[in-house]
Amino acid sequence: MMLTVENIDVFYGAIHAIKGISFEVNEGEIVALIGANGAGKSTTLKTISGIMHPRNGKITFLDEDITRTDGYKLPAKGLAQVPEGRRIFLQMTVMENLEMGAYVQKGKVPDEDFENVFSHFPRLKERRSQIAGTLSGGEQQMLAMGRALMSHPKLLMLDEPSMGLAPILVEEIFNIIQEFHASGTTILLVEQNAEMALQIADRAYVLESGKIALSGTGQELAESDEIKKAYLGG
Amino acid sequence: MMGLISSLINGISLGSVYAIIALGYTMVYGIAKMLNFAHGDVIMVGAYICFCGISYLSLPPVLAIALAIVACTALGIVIEGLAYKPLRSAPSLAVLITAIGVSYFLQNSALLIWKSDPKVFPTIFNMQPLQFFDGRLTISGVTLVTVLCCIVVMVCLTLFISRSKIGKAMRAVSEDKVAAQLMGINVNRTISVTFAIGSGLAAVAGVLLCSAYPVLTPTTGSMPGIKAFTAAVFGGIGSVPGAMLGGILLGVIELLAKSYISTQFSDAIVFAVLIVVLLIRPTGILGKKISEKV
Repeated sequence: MMLTVENIDVFYGAIHAIKGISFEVNEGEIVALIGANGAGKSTTLKTISGIMHPRNGKITFLDEDITRTDGYKLPAKGLAQVPEGRRIFLQMTVMENLEMGAYVQKGKVPDEDFENVFSHFPRLKERRSQIAGTLSGGEQQMLAMGRALMSHPKLLMLDEPSMGLAPILVEEIFNIIQEFHASGTTILLVEQNAEMALQIADRAYVLESGKIALSGTGQELAESDEIKKAYLGG
Repeated sequence: MMGLISSLINGISLGSVYAIIALGYTMVYGIAKMLNFAHGDVIMVGAYICFCGISYLSLPPVLAIALAIVACTALGIVIEGLAYKPLRSAPSLAVLITAIGVSYFLQNSALLIWKSDPKVFPTIFNMQPLQFFDGRLTISGVTLVTVLCCIVVMVCLTLFISRSKIGKAMRAVSEDKVAAQLMGINVNRTISVTFAIGSGLAAVAGVLLCSAYPVLTPTTGSMPGIKAFTAAVFGGIGSVPGAMLGGILLGVIELLAKSYISTQFSDAIVFAVLIVVLLIRPTGILGKKISEKV
């Protein structure tokens, strides 16, 4: 088992944002967390990556209890997150952003790692010495994904990668997620765009007000009437 | 004419000290988003330690300066760890008040240890003054060393921040702590390193300042500290080149005001210029204009 989340409760001050969520991600899977705005999807990811800590419950990553581990120690263990809103370093160059992605590597970053990112995102190569703040929204999303790839993650978590992007770019981003997956990275995906997410997910969980309301394979959920009504506009 | 050149050179020298102090303010502000008002008093501690090293322990000046730098670096780490780290998620007003508290704590500790009577700072740089134009223009050794030190500090620091892994991590943390943490950067340790560098630089500034104005009291650091803070804001707080530029401009303005307008009013003039600059450019001369595309 790659990642196991058991019964976690997460609070923002007095607000009980996550109410006893449990789920798991197996090696080699694409797992999606879908649900409306405010359902707790992002909070769940932030809790796994150590930005927040749960009040109760347990999180296990590759047989290691990481419930209370400081977040900065997780990338070295093989956990990377593309955060919501990209959060690239806007005042640094594209190359420097990628170097930061490789921060946990000792010594000089090998050229192959940069080339690997550029093979997924040729546009970043053209813009390698540009300041990241001058990139377009789609390019910034690509940089955020490329940056996460630089640490050679075993599990890559993506938080709303399609947010604010034109449909054609959304398509491209989802293709690249599948490329990452094909090259052996396990994916945990948080998306409001349930239709796209369910198309590529092996399994998915539907979050509603801090709880898991439904779960199943991507296909099952895509065909379920409840989901169609609530998230797929049908 | 010679008078003007001489004022300019002395202004650049004084400004170099302000610039080195301002670097500490601006780096800490950039990374921890706090104004470390105790920074000026670290200068004073550095000067006292150098003074003690030379006068009581009879150390050679180089060792005494090294001792001051090491001690201030350690002091910076301790202050950050004990006073500021527990307040990381506290409102900024709480941190500001704490910084003022640390400032008073350092001044009063110095008062207890070294008493209130002024100490005469020993001459460290006893070089022959340089003479130009048949002796009509004299540049003292201290002036020259101060400017050289400032240049070396700026070049090294700029290279460190732009090229080294820790320097880049510092920029990443100053821009976005959460994203930096997601890269595996230990944010707390990076903040400690920033305090350490700023405080080590404060020791250098203390030695230079007291070599130029050799009277040492427990409040020696406060006025230069406030002026260097002004310089940092003047240049654009958070910006390293801004602190350098702001410091030097402030020194030159102060010396010109002293020479040509009034010695008593020179500080008032300095702060008046700051107010005017901030009215025109609220983010300072090189303040960040973040260009953000969505």
